[in-house]
Amino acid sequence: MALDEVKIGGLGASRRRVEDNRFIRGKGNYVDDVVLPGMLHMEILRSPLAHARIKSIDTSAAYAIPGVRMVMTGEMMAARNLAWMPTLSYDTQAVLATDKVRFQGQEVCAVIADDPYIARDGVEAIVVDYEPLPPIVNPTQAMADDAVLIRDDKVNQNDNVIFDWEVGDRESTDRAFAEADTISEIDLHYPRSHPSPIEACGSIADYDRSTSKLTVYMTSQAPHIVRAAVSMVAEIPEHMIRIIAPDLGGGFGNKVPVYPGYVISILASILLEKPVKWIEDKTGNLISTGFGRDVYLKGKLALRKDGKILGVRMDTVSDHGAFFSDAQPSKFKIGLIHSAFACYDIPTAYLTNRGVYTNKAPGGVAYRCSFRVTEAMFFQERMVQAAADDLGMDQAEFRRVNLVKDDDFPKRTPFGFLTDSGQYEKCLQIGLDAIDYDTFKEQKAEAAKRGRLLGIGISTMTEPLGAGNSREYDILGIKMFDSAELRVHMTGKAILRTGAKTQGQGHETTWAQIVAHELGIPAEDIVVEEGDTDTAPFGMGTYASRSTPVAGAAVSMVSRKIRAKARKIAAHLLEVSDEDIEWELGRFYVRGAQDRGVTIQECAMAAYSNVPDGMEPGLENNAYYDPPNLTWPFACYISTVEVDPLTGVWDVIRMVAVDDCGVRINPMIVEGQIMGGLTEAYAMANMQFITFDEDGNCIGSNYMDYLLPTAWETPGFELHEVVTPCPHHPIGAKGIGECATVGGPAAFVNAVMDALKDIGVRNIDMPLLPDRVYEAIQTGQDVSGHPPVKNR
Amino acid sequence: MFPSRFRYEAPTSIEEAIALLGANEDAKVLAGGQSLIPMMKLRFANPALLVDINNIPDMGYHRADADGSFRIGALCRHADLEKSTILREHQPLLAAAAPLVADPIVRSRGTFVGSVCHADPQGDWAACMVALGGSIIAQGPNGKRAVEVKDFVSGPFTTVLARDEIAIEGVVPSAQGTRTGGYLKLERRVGDFATAAVAVSLDMSGGVVKNAGIGLVGVGAQTIDASEAAAALIGSSLDDDAVDRAAELAAAASNPRGDHRGSADYKRHIISTFVTRIIANVQRSEMQVA
Ligand SMILES: Cc1cc2nc3c(=O)[nH]c(=O)nc-3n(C[C@H](O)[C@H](O)[C@H](O)COP(=O)(O)OP(=O)(O)OC[C@H]3O[C@@H](n4cnc5c(N)ncnc54)[C@H](O)[C@@H]3O)c2cc1C
Repeated sequence: MALDEVKIGGLGASRRRVEDNRFIRGKGNYVDDVVLPGMLHMEILRSPLAHARIKSIDTSAAYAIPGVRMVMTGEMMAARNLAWMPTLSYDTQAVLATDKVRFQGQEVCAVIADDPYIARDGVEAIVVDYEPLPPIVNPTQAMADDAVLIRDDKVNQNDNVIFDWEVGDRESTDRAFAEADTISEIDLHYPRSHPSPIEACGSIADYDRSTSKLTVYMTSQAPHIVRAAVSMVAEIPEHMIRIIAPDLGGGFGNKVPVYPGYVISILASILLEKPVKWIEDKTGNLISTGFGRDVYLKGKLALRKDGKILGVRMDTVSDHGAFFSDAQPSKFKIGLIHSAFACYDIPTAYLTNRGVYTNKAPGGVAYRCSFRVTEAMFFQERMVQAAADDLGMDQAEFRRVNLVKDDDFPKRTPFGFLTDSGQYEKCLQIGLDAIDYDTFKEQKAEAAKRGRLLGIGISTMTEPLGAGNSREYDILGIKMFDSAELRVHMTGKAILRTGAKTQGQGHETTWAQIVAHELGIPAEDIVVEEGDTDTAPFGMGTYASRSTPVAGAAVSMVSRKIRAKARKIAAHLLEVSDEDIEWELGRFYVRGAQDRGVTIQECAMAAYSNVPDGMEPGLENNAYYDPPNLTWPFACYISTVEVDPLTGVWDVIRMVAVDDCGVRINPMIVEGQIMGGLTEAYAMANMQFITFDEDGNCIGSNYMDYLLPTAWETPGFELHEVVTPCPHHPIGAKGIGECATVGGPAAFVNAVMDALKDIGVRNIDMPLLPDRVYEAIQTGQDVSGHPPVKNR
Repeated sequence: MFPSRFRYEAPTSIEEAIALLGANEDAKVLAGGQSLIPMMKLRFANPALLVDINNIPDMGYHRADADGSFRIGALCRHADLEKSTILREHQPLLAAAAPLVADPIVRSRGTFVGSVCHADPQGDWAACMVALGGSIIAQGPNGKRAVEVKDFVSGPFTTVLARDEIAIEGVVPSAQGTRTGGYLKLERRVGDFATAAVAVSLDMSGGVVKNAGIGLVGVGAQTIDASEAAAALIGSSLDDDAVDRAAELAAAASNPRGDHRGSADYKRHIISTFVTRIIANVQRSEMQVA
């Protein structure tokens, strides 16, 4: 008599996304859709130069335009101690520039006006006199002896280095290299990329003097963190701040940080006592907000002749732009980059990282990267392929030799993480079979006859998703747990709220499925709400694939608390003791008399109408979940490509993906996440990057230069699955939001490099633009993609 | 988008439109709006008046006339050409280029004539017209005149149109024999402007090239008429020597700048590769026909 779980929309149901109902009808409610009475509009004047001293700012012509209410400058902010704000990485960031501009696109002034047209007219009328300074666009320039100091605002900052950080065991790694038969080396650059959500950032600040309450509609993936940050920066008590993140048009990590625009709109609303709306334009989003990557690697593997990896050495330099503003766990300066090689059985490893300032927009950890895991896995898989080639070994066989075996779990990774589950070789084999690995040589020979170069590339990786556990993971000291609150109404319908914030992942659909699984309440009877700090329980938000591992677990746990109470009510209704009650999906019954039972809905009604003596009425609860470990999904991506040697253009022939993300709550949504991720992986490998010229101009400031692939270019993907449940997650799920973005790029790049192997080319920096591929073919040399771009 | 303030008029006759242009400083014709509106969004263009010509009747045509010429009206959209069977029958070069201009959304609005008027060095249609020896018919208060496209574009984003002239149609002259040709464009993504592109038009008779034209895109400050390269083909039977010579001369006629899409050398190499490939494709399809 138990309910059919898939029918009620529980685990494993590919239920249609409930949020899509409003999205595809154009009925979503984004920040820009919110209109408040008397609302004013704000526009930001951005610096045209990458590095310059501000000599003077003349706002008089802007003030003269009818409809301009206020022009805000750094000086005005400074008078209120708001010219600088703390970042999420213990640095400071300029809100409006006072002394210098430090990157092209930096916020210099803001105009508040009656409508957005006038606000832009106002911005155009401001005259700023700049004294240009030499711009720095890469770490080599930043660390040169005669480099100008970018952060001359900071006491005790005498160079452009932000930090030096190391992890692993240097001595034992040195020993491993001393004992190696072969040492394989490769230098790589993972270029800067931008998450570029379709909706740019924005806010509407509404300060009400009569109640002293500040309400801010904001494009935020982590509204509770923002509430705390605003409270600290603006010195407004936390209970007087309400952050509402309505529907978000994508986030991808771009909407975690606190941006100057938010802060300026808040101050403007306080000063003018009117709601102030700021909606960033696309260019503003691309040139000033949180980006991803921009990390350089010198990588080395110590190898034994038989293919065994004895040790790993990674020396990295990360370009953080003008301010160190990454939103990441505070213990790890460059995120979880040391999760590299987690899927391989390697005795020892050592990694160094130096972070530097440059005259570029601040950031680094955005874009489906799970705190730099993207760089870690790309570097890992490029190093692995280079090593296999150096040994003259088959790349699949090389991986097989080194992958962690199924019965070796739990397993310490070379840099000290603990992985707990997986079936790595099985995934690899499924991928190899799917792509017809054994016949590839014949395909390659056939293509050669047509003048085309064929290549095959593999990427295998496990990555740490779902920060944190609170021992190791915090942002500014706030521990990275998460929460859920469930209220079951008397008719058995329910509302669920969590501290996460959906932005396309489908929480409104998926969370209801977890509740359905735990309580047997049909998913369609559960409404999910997130993003309003006055109603949602405290949580750290959605990024780093942490929602299902952390908030999703909290949803399970709160449902179980509800079930425990409902069991007592059931015992009362059935007039037996608790111990005699059995549970099947959606229903309690008396042990030994299965037909004597009550449904969860009947228990809900009784919770409001007929509770046992001494029991609190109602059926509500909340749960805070602190995960015991990260979750470790595994993926194997294999791609084949065809290169046109006369143009350097390459096309993907096939892309096979084998993902093991544990138990799949909604398989359709999981597949959507994988396909989206693979599309982004393809984008990064093929076309999409942000670079800079010698003058510090951002190349990639609009969609004609910053290329997002369309349905036309995006190759087809063939998806396969393996399910190894997570041993510690309440329903066995692992993160999946970022796997394909993280693991995918190396598969494409490895495939192109495989095609060029016989020419002697070992590396072309991403993106593998046709001209770079052509140059490599012509010269037989590696091609670097470091900024500045050459104008040859 | 938040452009500067502007006025808007939507006349229903060409004469009215010309009068509006004449009477107003800083007026601009609005055709498909796919170049002008983005420029206004960025406030690179701040016209005081937009003269929208979309309400003027009978300008959406494209047709093959009895005299062998092919005419394309000022409101004929890229998408009309992409879907056209008569275009495929009569103008193989234009038919090859049509699906490569911009993306499907832009193509449904943007116009052929507007693209030539926009005079973007990376515009696809102007190069095709140069290869075909085509003209623009301009109409002003004193009547009409024809200007060859190679003389029509006077620099990047500038044409010889007077302030009060409207381009009312594009004209492709009749073929000297059987018209063939092709278009190849290196783009990074659909909807991208060309890193480099080549338009080749060939009029063939008895296996010999009677007339030829080659237009180059994205490799100079304006559309390039590679007339010397084309001349190397005229009178030949498209033998390897003639083709190699044309490819070499086309590359020499280009004047690219290195940028984040590729070095100058790379773009020159693409030009010669594409000239060779287009002609090889033409020969291959002829072999299939024969
Ligand atoms: C995303 C995107 C991608 C694109 N990619 C490409 C591409 O790959 N290749 C390409 O060639 N183009 C591309 N374009 C441009 C597109 O082809 C435009 O449609 C074309 O350049 C202009 O035509 P229009 O009708 O839209 O002209 P409008 O934008 O209306 O006008 C353009 C200019 O021409 C003038 N003008 C227009 N019609 C006339 C007329 N009849 N008489 C006098 N002046 C006139 C206008 O005053 C204006 O100055 C792209 C555009 C976009 C938005």
